[in-house]
Amino acid sequence: MGSPDVVSSGRLAGEPARRLSAASPRHGEKVIRGLLILCAALSIATTTGIMISLVGPSIGFFREVSAIDFLFGTEWSPVIQPPSFGVLPLVVGTLSVTLWGLIFAVPIGLAAAIYLSEYAHPRVRSILKPTLEVLAGIPTVALGFFAFSFVTPLLQDLWPGFLGDGPNIFNALSAGLVIGLMIVPIIASISEDAMSAVPAGLREGAAALGASRMRVALRVVFPAALSGIVASIVLGISRAIGETMIVLMAAGATPNMTFNPVESILAMTAFIGVTATGDIATGTIEYDTIFAVGLLLFVMTLVMNLISIRLVRKYREVYE
Amino acid sequence: MEPASTTSTRAPVIEPLTGVETAAERARHRGLPDPADVVMECLGLNVFYGSFHAVHDVNLSFGRNEITALIGPSGCGKSTVLRCLNRMNDLIPSARVEGEVTYDGIDIYGRAVDPIEVRRRIGMVFQKPNPFPKSIYDNIAYGPKIIGMDGDMDHIVERALRVTALWDEVKDRLDDNAYGLSGGQQQRLCIARCIAVSPDVILMDEPCSALDPVSTSRIEDLMVELKERYSIVIVTHNMQQAARVSDRTAFFTASPDETTGNRTGMLVEYDKTARIFTNPVDKRTEDYISGRFG
Repeated sequence: MGSPDVVSSGRLAGEPARRLSAASPRHGEKVIRGLLILCAALSIATTTGIMISLVGPSIGFFREVSAIDFLFGTEWSPVIQPPSFGVLPLVVGTLSVTLWGLIFAVPIGLAAAIYLSEYAHPRVRSILKPTLEVLAGIPTVALGFFAFSFVTPLLQDLWPGFLGDGPNIFNALSAGLVIGLMIVPIIASISEDAMSAVPAGLREGAAALGASRMRVALRVVFPAALSGIVASIVLGISRAIGETMIVLMAAGATPNMTFNPVESILAMTAFIGVTATGDIATGTIEYDTIFAVGLLLFVMTLVMNLISIRLVRKYREVYE
Repeated sequence: MEPASTTSTRAPVIEPLTGVETAAERARHRGLPDPADVVMECLGLNVFYGSFHAVHDVNLSFGRNEITALIGPSGCGKSTVLRCLNRMNDLIPSARVEGEVTYDGIDIYGRAVDPIEVRRRIGMVFQKPNPFPKSIYDNIAYGPKIIGMDGDMDHIVERALRVTALWDEVKDRLDDNAYGLSGGQQQRLCIARCIAVSPDVILMDEPCSALDPVSTSRIEDLMVELKERYSIVIVTHNMQQAARVSDRTAFFTASPDETTGNRTGMLVEYDKTARIFTNPVDKRTEDYISGRFG
């Protein structure tokens, strides 16, 4: 019980009405609002800028080379006379590396997420998860070196004869595995977030019916967390498709239309990386190929994102 | 509140025993279930969460085909005791249980006991309705599927829904998502889901606290019907509910530890519901049920 002059009381009789207009116009608010809008607009402007810078030179490219020849041609030799601009070997190279990466990363990443979310003691999780996330921050050039100087020799040593010839010095498998290593933390961490967000009540409900932990994880938590899990995989695929350094260092530079993991390939990103830093004159058709390939990469990622959004809408189980 | 005194929480009731009665007569005299009809029993049950002593030395027996209500103020450990009865506390990493909890005379915390088998016989309904984000049909079918129950699944689903009086309300939309049901229907669905695996004991943790009075009344009626086939233990904050549905009532309270000041839950009094609500022995029970508590 405070005294009346300590506790601010309502208006007493005879006191003048309180002023409701602002003492000074709040310009600061408007400035802050403007700054925030600017920051939000920056990312949109950047995306638009990238699109324009890709589309412009690509138009020049497609005036010279037909889109059909580009998209469905199976021979990539832009600097040999006569040049051939069939991009399929590069697309297959990228997809091959991505595929081997995913075969490695998705099961391990999801298993790690299930362990962290459903089995690990909180103390174990509080150590493991940050460690895993640090893994995601390793520079890819270090990973590329690791693939080239450690994984490839290891694969060559361990290669069982019945699978045919062993891996080349440059091969898709080594690059794919190390890219997989790179995206395991992405898949594990984001999937774990999604699974941890599933209400404890659903787990308890299933456990009370006599479901084992594995069943609770796979039949209840997993479907409920599906949208986050798919998002993590899509992000992983995007990283794998876009990864440049590892494929450049470990997968080689031979346009090769094959999913055979032991052979050397040329990935789309590796082509862009090599060509952009090479000695091809700007403004030439050879130089414009970079933009055409870049645009195709952009479209591929976009289409994949759209498909995955559709899939998630269809299959996920929404909890409230 | 009075400190937890050294006096026995179970003072002699009504007429003193002469010392020549059978065990059954002594139990009846003290308002406990007949030893032959005990389905579950806690013996010297202590529960800890890390270093926190949540429940102190509970001895409590539950009668077969009876509804036993656990009442008491917040933090008195009644939900903790309930969750020990089907080892749901195993899901909490820091929880530790001492003492025995027997089911048909077997200690469910025994070395050879599989908690998953325990939970198949001792089901649970939770405070907040927690249907799975699946169809109504799949919610019921989930349990029978995972335990590999034989028989026609459609029949199992229909039976569970009929028992909980949901069938007529949902029979035309079994494929709809369970989240489209009202709160009371969701809770009855959770009871149906629990029944579908044919448990022996059903534990209910404040099953009506999130429901309106009409839904509450339906679930109370359902509980009374269910006790013909199942034994039910219910935790409730609603004393009228305990008085309406239960056969026996256990009153818990929390008393501060002398050294740490942590409040540890303990059983104060256990008796037939009628006697707890009309003629309690312990002053603390009387204060609580008459609304004079803290």
